[in-house]
Amino acid sequence: MNDLVIATQGLSKSYNGKPALRGLDLEVPRGAIYGFLGRNGAGKTTTLKLLLGMLRRDAGEIWLLNAPIRSEMDSVAARRRIAFVTEEKELYPFMNVGQMIRFTRPFFPTWRPELEKKYLDVFRLPLNLSVSKLSKGMRTQLMLLLAMARGAELLIMDEPTSGLDPVATEEVLQALADLAAGGNATIFFSSHQLTEVEQICDRVCVIDDGKTVIDGVLDDLKSQYRRVVLVFDGEPPQSVASLPGVDHLRRRGRTVSLLAHTDIDGVVDRARELAPVSVEVHAVSLKELFLDHVRGE
Amino acid sequence: MDLRINFTSGVPIYLQLMEQIKHAVETGAVRAGEQLPTIRKVAEELAMNPNTVARAYRELEHEGVIEVRHGSGAYVLEPGRSSKATAIRRSSDALRPAIEKAIVLGLSEPELRRVFESELSRLLDDAATARRKS
Repeated sequence: MNDLVIATQGLSKSYNGKPALRGLDLEVPRGAIYGFLGRNGAGKTTTLKLLLGMLRRDAGEIWLLNAPIRSEMDSVAARRRIAFVTEEKELYPFMNVGQMIRFTRPFFPTWRPELEKKYLDVFRLPLNLSVSKLSKGMRTQLMLLLAMARGAELLIMDEPTSGLDPVATEEVLQALADLAAGGNATIFFSSHQLTEVEQICDRVCVIDDGKTVIDGVLDDLKSQYRRVVLVFDGEPPQSVASLPGVDHLRRRGRTVSLLAHTDIDGVVDRARELAPVSVEVHAVSLKELFLDHVRGE
Repeated sequence: MDLRINFTSGVPIYLQLMEQIKHAVETGAVRAGEQLPTIRKVAEELAMNPNTVARAYRELEHEGVIEVRHGSGAYVLEPGRSSKATAIRRSSDALRPAIEKAIVLGLSEPELRRVFESELSRLLDDAATARRKS
């Protein structure tokens, strides 16, 4: 059996009869930095809240750290080994940085003082500065420090770099890379920032309208997907819309752009039969994949 | 070695990393016998995924460009000369389908061993005969 840190099957949730998640299946292997992507309202936050036991699911199964979550007790036990880094940073404004660290430390027998020291250095966090005076970047870095130093096996992060300047963003990403390289920590990273996800994640999942639309190893997706661009002499033939093996199709005047991920040669061969004046095959970035899948034609 | 990755391009990141390391070897920026930075160091410096760096190193080892010694890191090999470990791995890869086929054809383990032994001694005999003739 695979070592899955997060798994869900058929996870569903509605709010007042309006479905937010429609049978979501997730598999997050240990050691991954997993990018969880979607537009606003796609179901990302609902998924995070269900995973963290902040909401009740309507249907489906959840496993965290290889154990099924069927009761409040299961959830509490799992959350001891999980750290959550949110946009709303849960820090006490009346404490300073040093007090916040000393306050958090005794809750966690797995606390790692060497990581505490390392990230205090890396993030240059001043110990006697009040939490209420920290910049947004420093708040994120302090939360990240607390999460990493407590030895959590799984970090669930909601938009961890939102509002950070480029230097702070790079420092956060470097810390995540270092953490993932260090052993068995897994990072589940929910974000809108496609460029960061491309940089740091090895696996991505894109959800739209409560369902998975793309899921896999990012480099494998980049190897599989191709954009085939056809230019016609006049109006593109109607039959272009029914080409087999095409995931998405976009028409712009005499140009037709196809997205495909299996048997690219076959798609190109069949497209050539429609007698376009030019056929080009391009690699596809995550941004293009994302946009094509969540927008469609 | 100066590594630059274009994360937003459609080219898989591990392939970009492989190309850059091969280029560094070709231009002499790293030479045979020299150690590559550790997976962790590359990942942290470029703020990229350590699993992706590990994949690039694994593929480079498979191609005989580097050798990964457990516990001490990755070293650049002499061009065109792969290590014993790589040779053994490639031989296993080549043999595996033949063995699988023999099993599908219904050979038992002792029969399979006999076939392997007899083929091996035949090849060694042929080689010895060729040497005597020359």
